[in-house]
Amino acid sequence: MSSKPFDWKATPGLSTLSWVVYLFLYAPLLVIIIYSFNAGRQATLWEGFSLDWYAKVFHNRDIGIALSNSLIVAVAAMILSTMLAVTAALGLRHARAGGGGQITLGLILMPLVVPEIVVAVATLVFFSGIGLKLGLGNLIIAHTVFCVPFAYLPIQARLTDMGSAVEDAARDLYSNEWQVFRRVTLPLLLPAILSGAMLAFASSLDDFLISMLLADAGQTTLPVYIYGMLRLGVSPEINAVSTLLLASSVVIVLVALRMQGMTKRKS
Amino acid sequence: MNARLTTILLRSPVLVTMVLFMLAPMALAVVYSFMTNGAYGGVRMPFTALAYRQLLFQEDFDGNLVFSTGYLAILWRSVLLAALTVVASLAIGLPLAWYMACSSPAKRARLLLLITLPFWINTLIRTYCWVLILRDEGLLNGGLRYFGLAGGHFLYNDFAILLGMIYTYLPFMVLPIYAVLERVDGDVIEASHDLYADRWSTFRRIVWPLAMPGAIAGSLLVFAPALGSFLAPDLLGGGRRLMIGSLIQLQFTSSRNWPFGAALASVVSVAILAVLFVVVRRSFNKVPAR
Repeated sequence: MSSKPFDWKATPGLSTLSWVVYLFLYAPLLVIIIYSFNAGRQATLWEGFSLDWYAKVFHNRDIGIALSNSLIVAVAAMILSTMLAVTAALGLRHARAGGGGQITLGLILMPLVVPEIVVAVATLVFFSGIGLKLGLGNLIIAHTVFCVPFAYLPIQARLTDMGSAVEDAARDLYSNEWQVFRRVTLPLLLPAILSGAMLAFASSLDDFLISMLLADAGQTTLPVYIYGMLRLGVSPEINAVSTLLLASSVVIVLVALRMQGMTKRKS
Repeated sequence: MNARLTTILLRSPVLVTMVLFMLAPMALAVVYSFMTNGAYGGVRMPFTALAYRQLLFQEDFDGNLVFSTGYLAILWRSVLLAALTVVASLAIGLPLAWYMACSSPAKRARLLLLITLPFWINTLIRTYCWVLILRDEGLLNGGLRYFGLAGGHFLYNDFAILLGMIYTYLPFMVLPIYAVLERVDGDVIEASHDLYADRWSTFRRIVWPLAMPGAIAGSLLVFAPALGSFLAPDLLGGGRRLMIGSLIQLQFTSSRNWPFGAALASVVSVAILAVLFVVVRRSFNKVPAR
């Protein structure tokens, strides 16, 4: 009776709706990027193309200091959280449901569910309670904790993906456990480790709230500095520095996800 | 035995780190919430429940305790706005996730990337975008005036906060729903159509139950950060329309009332744990064991 076979994959109107949602996600970001090239003083009145605000950003010493703080914290938190994530993923590889491994896993994923403000406040209280004053070290510890899940998840996914056949083969060929790890597991895992590390780096750069509550004078990170600028009012300089931060996050994450994708295609 | 030792050695660094720098601080925050407010921030002895009393009661001029709804109202607003964020994200995220799951594999990968990407962009910047658009001299008003329409005040209201939160947390809803829908067997959908179900009943009877675990996970992942949200109420609500996140932040900055801030943070944590507990239990009861 009906002429066309029914296509359940095409619900009418759904594709339009989806493009509207994508527009909703990206149009605001485009707004900030476009206005960062605005010549005028007004943040949202277009007066022609110019790179002046970027020049201003590059000559702003405070932004330079904030950026270097951000990078120090992000690199340190990336290294520490990735090391923790690799050992954790290997240790939890054969964990069974209901065992002690599940508790460890729950703890690793905890920063994903607990609101940032709670983590920020608890860490602030804790550092002041035990009298820990390591300068940027305090920030590094706090960032490491919430970066662990982001580093952990890709590594864990890769371990599940690759199974243990290749490692078993190496064992059959008389490799000892260390050799298996060094020659088989680690090389297979490396792309996932790098990808996890970059995601940890990106989430450290992404943080604002925890840094704001924990940072003392002189430890201002870039997002905290931008927030301070915002308090003084909207300016094109904010648009420029925001665009730079936005662009670097996007590049880092694209590279990280690409690496993850490559491991999938190979296996 | 050797393998067991290795496992313990591998697990312990992360376990120690998370217990020491995540669990212990949260426990200490609970302890602080029962202490007395120090003069210049911080806390001092003795132990007291004053911070929690402050949440519900105020002292009037005669020193009598009067039930006060001020802080409760802020709590209620926060829960309401977070719940609305969940509902709106679900309404947008479910069809979007279904659209993604129905696309060809190559297109899926691209759509997925485009959903994940904003998650990694600084939330401060993503919220600030909306300030540029919504403020009085902003893009929206400029556009309206250009077309000869009357502008309005779009910033500093609950709607702006809600918009900012949906914008920030939408990916958290889409991703878990997509993760379950992606694995749905197309034959099930076709079988439903063969049995004369129209699109709506197929959605209601087949797709929605299958999407449920993802929707539950997504709702939790949206609700938890939305409840403690700071940037949206601060930048888009103008800091005057408080939510609990900004109220907590105030206690550690200008108000200098650490015990009260710690008490609020504890209340938020308990609220989220309670929701988590109820949802996880209910979903376990509902889904038959396979």
